[in-house]
Amino acid sequence: MSIEIRKTAVWVEETHQEMGKTINPATRKAVAVAVINNPFASQYKEDLSELMDAGAMLGGLLGEKCVQALGISPAQAEGYGKAAMVGENGELEHAAAILHPKLGAPLRKAVEKGAALVPSSKKMGGPGQPLDVPLGHKDAAYVRSHFDGIEVRLNDSPRANEIMVAVAVTDSGRPLPRVGGLKADEAIGKDGLK
Amino acid sequence: MSELIVRKISTIVEEIFHEGGPVSNVPLRRAAVLAVIKNPFAGKYVEDIQGFMDDLRPLGLKMAAKLVDAIGDAALVEGYGKGSLIGAGGELEHGALWHAPGGYAMRELIGGSKAIVPSSKKVGAVGARLDIPITHINASYVRSHFDSMEVGMNDSPRADEMLLALVMTTGPRIHSRSGGLESKDIIGKDGLK
Repeated sequence: MSIEIRKTAVWVEETHQEMGKTINPATRKAVAVAVINNPFASQYKEDLSELMDAGAMLGGLLGEKCVQALGISPAQAEGYGKAAMVGENGELEHAAAILHPKLGAPLRKAVEKGAALVPSSKKMGGPGQPLDVPLGHKDAAYVRSHFDGIEVRLNDSPRANEIMVAVAVTDSGRPLPRVGGLKADEAIGKDGLK
Repeated sequence: MSELIVRKISTIVEEIFHEGGPVSNVPLRRAAVLAVIKNPFAGKYVEDIQGFMDDLRPLGLKMAAKLVDAIGDAALVEGYGKGSLIGAGGELEHGALWHAPGGYAMRELIGGSKAIVPSSKKVGAVGARLDIPITHINASYVRSHFDSMEVGMNDSPRADEMLLALVMTTGPRIHSRSGGLESKDIIGKDGLK
C-alpha cells in the first residue's frame, strides 16, 4: 500500500499587536500540514520503514511550503517544530516513525542549517482535534524568546486510517519576549544548544 | 469615527487531492484570510454603528488581495464566502457590519461576480470555530460549489475583539456528483442560475 497525500493545508499567522503594543515588524509563524493514509492502520507491523520514508518526503515538502508561505529565504527562518496526530486505527509509534528518523534532514535543508533539535509532539486523535506544534530556535535550543507553539486543526482530519503531519517554521520569536535567557543575537549556533 | 486596530492576520490555504475517490491532478484549493480586530463597541450598547463599515473597507480590500494571492490568480476564483465571529463582549449586530466591506472587497478583486456572497456570523469565545458557507461567485444555485470551510484561532476572538473572515475556492467539491445546476450551464445574469 503506497502512501498518498489526501490534503495539505498551510496557515500563516501575523501578530501586529499584543496588549495594546504595536509589533513592528509583525511576528510571523507558518505551519503546513499533510494528511496521509496510514498504511499500517488496524494491524501491527514490526517494520515501519515505509512511514520513515514518508517522513523524509514530508519534511522537505512541508518545510518548503512554510518558507514559501512566509515569503522568506531559507536562511531567514528562525524557529521550527514538528508534530503528528494519528487517527484512531493507528498507533502512536506510527507518529514516531514519521517524525524522528528521517524528517529532520530535509526540513533543515528547507530552512538552511538547523543545528538545534526540532522540538516535537505527537498524539492519537480524530477529525477536528487540535494539535499543538512546539517551536524552538532552529540553531540554538536555549534561545528563550523563540520557545513558542502553534495550534493546528482540520475539521475533517485525521480520519481513522489517516495521519496528520505538521511542520511549523517562524521568522521571529514571541511578540513581546521579556523573560530573559539566551538571546537570538547572542547564540553561537554550533552545538544546537547555545 | 472609530480607530481600526488589527491585532492579528492569518492566511490559510488548503489543497484537497481526493476524499477517498479518484485523485485529482488539479487539487481543489480553499483559502481563508482572517483578521482579528478590536471591537470598538464592545462592552456597551451603541445605537449608531454604521460608520464602522467605512473603517473596515481598506481592511477588506487588503484581506481580499491576500486571499487572491493565496489562491494564485483572481481568474481562478469560483466560489466565495465570508463570516464574522464576535467576542463575548460584543453583539451579533456588530458582525453584520462586515457584510458590505467584506463582500464588496472580494467582488472588486474578482472583477464583477454576480452572486450574493453567503455568510455566517456568531458570538463566540476564544478558540471558537466558525463554519463559513461557500457558493459559486456567479450563480448561487450551482450545486457542485456549495461548500464550507471551518476557521478559527486558539487565541481569538478575545472579549473585546472581532474575527473577520473571507474565503475563496477554486472549484467544485473534490468528488462532486450530486447533480443540480452545473457551472457550465450558468446563465449568469441574475446571480442565481
